[in-house]
Order: sequence, then structure tokens, then C-alpha cells
Amino acid sequence: MTDFPFLLLMIAVPAIGAAVVAALPKGRDLLAKQVSLGISLVVLLLAVLATAAFDVGGDRFQLGMAVPWIPDFGVQFALGVDGIALVMLLLIGVLVPVVVGASWRDELPGGRSMTAYFAWLLLLEAFMVGVFAATDVFLFYVFFEAMLVPMYFIIGSFGGPRRQYAAVKFFLYSLVGGLIMLAAVIGLYVVSNSQLGEGTFAFDALRGLEIDPGVQKLLFLGFFIAFAIKAPLVPFHTWLPDSGSEAPIGGAVLLVGVLDKVGTFGFLRYCLPLFPDASRYFAPFVLVLAVAGILYAALLAMGQSDMKRLVAYTSISHFGFIALGIFAFTTEAGTGAVLYMVNHGIATGLLFLVVGMLIARGGSRQIGDYGGVAAKAPLLAGAFLLAGLASLALPGTNSFVSEFLVLIGSFPTRPVFTILATAGIILAALYILLMYQRTMHGPARGVLLADDVEPPAPAGHGATATLTAPKRSLRVLDLDRRELAIVAPLVALIIVLGVYPQPLLNLIEPAVAATMSDLGGSD
Amino acid sequence: MSETLPAEGLLGWSWLLIALPLAGAAVLLLGGRRTDRWGHLLGTATVVASFVVGLLCTFQLAGLDEKSVSVDLFTFISSGDLDIRAGLLYDPLSAAFVLLITGVGSLIHIYSIGYMAHDDGRRRFFAYLNLFVAAMLLLVLGNSFVALYVGWEGVGLASYLLIAFWYTRPAAATAAKKAFIMNRVGDVGLALAIFLMFAQLGTTDYAGVFGEIGTVAGGTVTAIGLLLLLGACGKSGQFPLQAWLPDAMEGPTPVSALIHAATMVTAGVYLIARCSPIYDETPTARTVVLAVGALTLLIGAIAGCAYDDIKKVLAYSTVSQIGYMFLAVGLGPAGYVAGLAHLYAHGFFKAGLFLGAGSVMHAMNDQVDMRRYGGLWKKMPITFATFGLGYLALIGIWPLAGAFTKDAIIEAALDRHDTFGYLLAGIAVLGAGLTAFYMTRLMLMTFFGRPRWEDGVHPHESPVVMTLPMIVLAVGSVASGFLLVSAFPLSDWMAPVFGEPEEAAHVIAPATVLLIVTVVSLLGIALAWLFVGRREIPVTAPVRVSPVTRAARNALYADTVNESLFMRPGQWLTRALVFVDNRGVDGAVNGLAATLGGSSSRLGRAQTGFVRSYALGMLGGAVLVAGALLAVTAG
Repeated sequence: MTDFPFLLLMIAVPAIGAAVVAALPKGRDLLAKQVSLGISLVVLLLAVLATAAFDVGGDRFQLGMAVPWIPDFGVQFALGVDGIALVMLLLIGVLVPVVVGASWRDELPGGRSMTAYFAWLLLLEAFMVGVFAATDVFLFYVFFEAMLVPMYFIIGSFGGPRRQYAAVKFFLYSLVGGLIMLAAVIGLYVVSNSQLGEGTFAFDALRGLEIDPGVQKLLFLGFFIAFAIKAPLVPFHTWLPDSGSEAPIGGAVLLVGVLDKVGTFGFLRYCLPLFPDASRYFAPFVLVLAVAGILYAALLAMGQSDMKRLVAYTSISHFGFIALGIFAFTTEAGTGAVLYMVNHGIATGLLFLVVGMLIARGGSRQIGDYGGVAAKAPLLAGAFLLAGLASLALPGTNSFVSEFLVLIGSFPTRPVFTILATAGIILAALYILLMYQRTMHGPARGVLLADDVEPPAPAGHGATATLTAPKRSLRVLDLDRRELAIVAPLVALIIVLGVYPQPLLNLIEPAVAATMSDLGGSD
Repeated sequence: MSETLPAEGLLGWSWLLIALPLAGAAVLLLGGRRTDRWGHLLGTATVVASFVVGLLCTFQLAGLDEKSVSVDLFTFISSGDLDIRAGLLYDPLSAAFVLLITGVGSLIHIYSIGYMAHDDGRRRFFAYLNLFVAAMLLLVLGNSFVALYVGWEGVGLASYLLIAFWYTRPAAATAAKKAFIMNRVGDVGLALAIFLMFAQLGTTDYAGVFGEIGTVAGGTVTAIGLLLLLGACGKSGQFPLQAWLPDAMEGPTPVSALIHAATMVTAGVYLIARCSPIYDETPTARTVVLAVGALTLLIGAIAGCAYDDIKKVLAYSTVSQIGYMFLAVGLGPAGYVAGLAHLYAHGFFKAGLFLGAGSVMHAMNDQVDMRRYGGLWKKMPITFATFGLGYLALIGIWPLAGAFTKDAIIEAALDRHDTFGYLLAGIAVLGAGLTAFYMTRLMLMTFFGRPRWEDGVHPHESPVVMTLPMIVLAVGSVASGFLLVSAFPLSDWMAPVFGEPEEAAHVIAPATVLLIVTVVSLLGIALAWLFVGRREIPVTAPVRVSPVTRAARNALYADTVNESLFMRPGQWLTRALVFVDNRGVDGAVNGLAATLGGSSSRLGRAQTGFVRSYALGMLGGAVLVAGALLAVTAG
């Protein structure tokens, strides 16, 4: 069973699916959606089967394969997963079908075809699987850069009114980070060439190198900056609010839920094991960025009037917790950080989706345009509240477990940073409950007040120009069956993982423990 | 502490206590409108069932030699050195709270059937109420600080949902948010205390922490004690986190009775009593607990004298009475049981008073302004009688409950035999006088004097489904003090937790204390009669009042302080940061990019042709790479 090429299939199936969808004749939108949903469900099934085939007590990397690719430079097409990568693949498997379902009713003005959107989604899925499954650093780099392309088009072609600006900004930031990382990747190759006699990009071989501390620092920075932009950490964050708010909801979910996790995944997979001395050297600086980000982004989230921007800022704050957990260098905090990546994808994914459903009804992203929605749409309000509570890490929801693990695991080694980070939970309650109160509570008010008017014409800043709100009677305000089907699995995961997270922790912990021992037993 | 044994028999099923109301909440929330017709009955049934289970469990516990059993459920979080198992601890302390929560909870569920009969959201109300009971039971039954924390924030959520129950009213929505935020401030303290325990002892369960706390350095223990106290202050509405509790009265009155009087707000007292092994090690933290309790009991009593809103008066009374409980548990071994006995008695009489207030509001078209009441004793005899008994119990007229439990606290303070103890006792006696004043004022304005009703109000007695719980609680208000202090001393029941009661050498004989408190209380009653009872009450509050009254009406400016210290600077900071982030950080990065790129408007004008072709070029490259890969693999 373990020889079955799960990982290759998880890349190939959506990649081929993307080609098929792209080749569909214009106007066959429904077929494109059906194919995309089918393909993404197959990937989910593969992810679940791969997890079943994964031996928790076994080798660090499993389900692996390696084929020489560019033999002259020792580049291999090598795949394999540890527990950390595996849970990220599960997250991808869950989120992509949900995103396809959530995009079902999205329309372009003039009835233009949406097939391209679904093709880009599937291609993005293939690249995201690749980036987590690669065990060759060069292959990782290729997927890391390749991910940009579908996301660029998802934002730039299907986003809000300022989509061009946001897409370019996203692309340039990522490209700069990627180029710096490329230099570091080449640097690694040079070091391996001189130490091992022949250059390699294989992660396992690179892990055994004894790199000079000065060189380590340079290479660490190369990787770190790329990952810090991707994650993003303050002050490399300003692209995310624009991308997150201008991207179509489906794109925003994958951007914040999965794509950004490549950054924090990179810290754990590459920065800590390959450059242990440099990681320890730079840890205080990283922790300053992490904790400053938690508080700074939370305050900024409170000040936003645009719901999508608000959710984007909350994510930056959450990424600070993840970075804190990683750079606290304990198994508990690191395990918590990885679980945080998964939980954040689910919780913030749901929050983005529900916000998107609200925007689809009112045609505005502005908090001030809504009020008292709960009375008219109790299911929508309930899902909104649950997503919000998960975002503020209420016990009983999945996020509590990960945030608690990060904080309790960081406290013994980094008490001051942890205390400051813990204060962030007050701000989290503020930004969520302020948004919830303003949109859902109070007397009915704003764009949803009139019962049967057409949604306001998209106009000016804050309105979604490209994807228009569906033109149906607004009497039907609450979630319909399709929307319930999208929300339900995420709601269930939030509760189940909040009460019984141990199966995921069992997957994650050995990989984190191995990473910490790579780091040199400072645990 | 006695040894903890694994549970057998029915006690092994004590998780049902939590599961029943939780299942009720789940059915009512997921079932939607289909459950509208019978939802309130299911919600009530689950809590009554929990009460029965609690009674049976407690009987079984009473028959055991080691009165402390644990129920191990499953691994909650395990990673590295951290191993948190979900489990319950059934001992005399948790049993006492289980009976209080499910007993008073059952009565209030029954009352709510009548009180919420005409509300469209009745099913939702019972769902939230069930959720609260489940979370509260987890809080008191959990065998570790993490389980406690889960319940702790769970009751915070239920409180939020119930305060905001009538969420279309902006005041209710704002009050709910305020309660949650101020609780979260306290929760940070509780969380940090847990982190500190783990860092020092490697565990977070009660057995491990309490067993090893003696090995921890004194300063650290004090820090843990103070952090726990911060959590307790948030949940229990104690200084400096008291301002949310009066606002929480925006919730339906049964909620005020159950959550914001009898149970949730006493969780802070539970926390300190549960952590007695920690506080026994740190006199410093205990002193702070005492100071908080004494200060809060005065703040609450003073504010209670000035409000005209019947529920706000009762809310400040709750703040003040919990101050008494904090004062008691801050005294250490001498005071734990006294504090808990007062908590129990308060659970009866304050829940009864709130239900009575709800009955009055029910009769007066939801009017809460006491200036619009008057002369109601004739119209609502049962409400008047039960409310009156609660009133006498609260102000401590012998032989009703308060006389026993409040005096026990004052005696415990005196037994410290030092100036601080005498000062605390003095404050407690002064507080008793103030309590008598504001409660007599409330009684006079509500039930006596000439009717000052608004047009169209026709007061009537409430239906039996509401009066019956009031009668039961009134019986508790009368008898609980005598039962818990004299007849079946709570100290004997709690001995496995806090040790055998010691007979202290009293400075002042208990009879003398009773006499002093009674005289001071009568003085308060007389003053209330002088100020309120003997003259006509204007239907609008006088504007020209003394600075003291004005300060009391503003609850000693707690909100003003919070707003000017935290809220407004916070808003200013947020606005400034938004500006900085949009202009400064983003601008700097853009500017840097522009400088490096040589064109200041590359990003601004979004020269998409360039980027788009680049992106497509990358895709082309990727396709080539993939092709090469296939070629290599195939070859």
C-alpha cells in the first residue's frame, strides 16, 4: 500500500483536471464546476487514504518517491511527507472542494465564462500539494514560485475593483522573496558540493551538512525573508490585506488558509533543521516580529471598516502566534504551531466564506453597510459567530487547542514574549465581537434593510465589481442548502478538532520532535 | 486533601451531568424551528435530570470513606511533556456546586417556561441556558485547570449569548460584548497562571499542582495566586473588573438570576476556594484577595444606593455580596467555608430576588424604573411575600440566611486578631448597614407607597409556573443559613477539602456580632425610611443632588475610568496605526521598491502588462520543466 504513488497522484490528478477544465468549450460553466468538484473530492480521498497508509511510528518521511530530474545538478523529483506535510495535505484536500462549492454561484458581468477560474483553482491545488510534498529543495523552490501564477490570475482576473493593483503587489512581493530564496538555494548547493563532493538538493542530505555559522546566517536570511513575506510577518505584510480583500472569496480562502502556511511550514521544514545555529541566533529577532505582529495586526484589524481586510489582518495576527510557536523551540509549542496552521485554515476559511456569503447578499464589503442581520438570517449569523469564536480561540473550538499549545509551550523558554502574546487574546475578542455586533446585532439597518430590492449596483471603493451579487429576491436571506453544505463540514471540523484533537497531534508531534532534535536538543 | 480514588458505580457516570444539558443545547440549536413547540420542555427536563443525577452522585459520595473520586475520560491534549487528560473530580466542593447549579438551575428553567412564554426566541433561550449549565458544570467538575478554563470561557460564551439575547437592542448587544471583553481580561490572568504552573511543575491537573505547590518558590506562588485572582475578578465582577456586571442586566431576568447572581459570577469564589492549597502558601496573595473583596463590597453597596433601575440595584448588590465572599475566602482556612456558605445562601435569596424582580417587570410591562412602581404588595401578594423573605435574608435579619452566613464572615475576620482583621470586620459591618439601606429603599419604592404606574399598566400576580420557583427559593432563603451554619454545618461536609473546622478563640462573642450587625442594619432601614419612605417619590430622578449621590449614580465612575484609560486611547491608537500601516509601512515598502526599480509609479499605476507577461512566462517555464520531467521519467 505504501508503494502506491499517493503524492504523485495528488499532484497529477488536479493538474490534469486543470487542463481538462481549461480545454472545455466556453460557456460550459456547469460542467467545469462539476469536474472541478469531482477532481477535488478525489484529491481529498487520496489525502485521507495517504493518512491511513502513513505509519505514525515509522520513518520521518514516508510515501516517498524520487526520480532523477536534472542529474547534472543533482536535482531530483523527490516527494515524501512527514506528519507536518501530511496534515497540510489533508487541509488542502478539505478546503479545495469547499472553495469550489463556495464559488458555484459566482458570476462575471455580462455572463462571461468562469471555466478559467476553476482551471486555475485546480492548478493551484496541484502546486500547493507539490510544495508541501517536495523533499528536494530545488523542487520545493519550483513549486513555491509556480504557486504564484494561478493565484495571480485568480486575484487579477476574478477579484474586486482594485484587483489589478492587488495582484501585482502580491506577485512582486512574492517574486522578490522567491528570488532571494533562489540565491540561498544555490548557496546550499555550493556548500553541499564542497562538503559532500557532489552537489545535492535532497533535504535529508542537506540536513547532515555542517555549515559555517557565518554562511548559515546568510542562507537562513535568504530562506527566512521569502517565508516571512509569504507567511506574512510584520513588516512584510502589507500585500496581504490588499490581496485578501480583492481576491474572490474562494481565492482568499486558499490564499490565507493554505498558501500563506507555506511560509510558516518553510520555517519549520527548512530554516530550523538546515540552519540550527542561525535559527538560534536570529530567534529573538523573529520572536520580536512575531509578537509585534500579533498585537499590531490585531489593533489594525479593529480599525478596519472592510470585512475582508479585517479578516486578512486577523490572519496576520494569527501568523504571529504560529511564528512564536515555531521559534520558541519546544516540541509542545512547535506541535501547537503546526496544528495552528491547520486550524487557522479551517476557522479563517469559514470566516472568509461566511463573510463572502454576507457580501454576496448585500453587495458591499463595508461593515457599516450592515446591521441586525441575525434577525433575518439566523443560520448565517450562527455560522458567522462560530467562525468568529474559533478565530478568537474559544475553548471547545479547534483553534483553542493550537493557541493554548503554542502559548503554554512557549512560556517555559520565552515567558516575556508569551505574556505579551497572551494579551493578544483580548484584542482577538475585540476585533471579532466588534465586527459581529456591528453587522449582526442591533436593529435591522443598511443594505439588507429593504426586503425585495435588487442588490445595490457595485460602485466605487469597497464594492465587488467583477463578481456581482446574485440577482435573486433578498427575501431569501438565510443560508440556502448549497451554502449549508459548504459550511457544515467546516463547522463539524471546528467542533470535533476542538474536543478531540489528539489524532492530529499524534501525526504532527513526531515530526516536530525530529525537527527540534535537528535543531540540537535545545528543547 | 484526602486521597482521590477512581470513580465506581454511578459516580463513574457523573459525566452525564454535563452531557445531558449539552445534548439539550445541541438538539435545540441544530433542530431549529422544528423544536419550537417542545424545546422549553426538553431544556428543562435535561437540567432536572442533571439535578437528579447530581443528588444520587452526592449521596453515593457521602457514603464513601475517601470523599474524593475522579473520572478519567480521554486524552484531550498530549504533546511533549504536556499531558492533559479530560477528567472529572467529584468531591464535597464540586458536589456542593453541582447541587447549587442544577438545583437553582432547574427552578429557573421552570420559571422561564412562564417568563419567556410569549417570546419568539424561547427555544433559543433554553438552548443557551442549557449550554450555560453544561459549561458551568464542567467548570466545577473538571479535574484540571485546563478543564476549568474550558468551562470558564464556556460560561463566558453562554453569558455573552444570553445578555445579547434581545440583540436588536443596541444596549443589550453592547453589554454582552463588554461582559465578554472584561472577562477575557481576567481570562488572560487565568491562562498565564496555568502556563506558570506548567513551567514550574510540568502539570496542570489539580492533584499534581496542589501536591507539589510547596516545592515552588514563594514569589512564584504569589504570582500564580495573583494571576488566578485576576481571573476570579473578571468572572465575579470584582474590582477593578466590576463594571460589566450591572450592564449584564440587559439580559432576560432569569439569566440575571441564574448566571449573574447565583452561579457564574460566584465562579471566582469557587476558583479561590478550589485553589486553597495555593493560597495557603501565599499570605501576600491572600491579602490582595481581602483588599479586593473589602473594596468591592463597599463599591457595590454604595452604587446600589443610588440606582432607580430595580435590576441594577440587585446587580450592584450582587457585586457587593460577592465582595463579602472574596473577603471570606481571602481569610484562608478560617474563611473558606464561611464564604461558601454565604455563596450558597446568596444563591437562594439573590436568585429569588431576581425572579421576584422579573415577576414585577412581567406585571409592569417590562418597566424597570422603581420610580414607576409603588404599592404593589396588594396586587402581587406571592411575589411580595417571597421577595420580602429574600430581602430579610439578604440584609441579615435573624433567623434568616444572611444573618448566619454574613456574621460568620465577620467573625472570621475578627478572629485574625489584628488591626487589618478589625478593619475588614468594620467594613463588612458598614456594608451590612448600606445593604439594609439600599434594599429597604428598593422595597419601599417597589411595594409600598402610592402607585406611580404608567398609564395602561395593570399589575397582576404571575402564573404558578413562575411563583412556585420563587416560593421554593424563599424557603431556601429562610432556612439555608441556619441549616448550613448550625444544623448541618457545611464545615463538616467540606472537611475532606479544607480540613476539620477549628474552634477559634473569639474576640467578640458571636451573639455580640449579631447584635452589632442587627443594630447597624436597623439603622440602615431607618435611614431609608427617612429618605424614601415617608415622602412622595418623584417619578423622575432629581437632578440637583450632592456630589456623593452623583458619584454613586455613576457607580464611582468605573466606566468613566475604563473609557478614558483604555477605550478612547485604544481607539485613538487603532486609528493612528491604520494610518501608519496604510501610509507608512506600505508606503515605505512601495517607496523602497520604487527607488530600487527606478520608477515611482510602477506599483501605483499597476503596469499589469509587464507582470502578466512575466507570470505567463513563469507558467510557460513551469510547463517546460514539467515536460522535461516527463521526458526524463519516460526516458
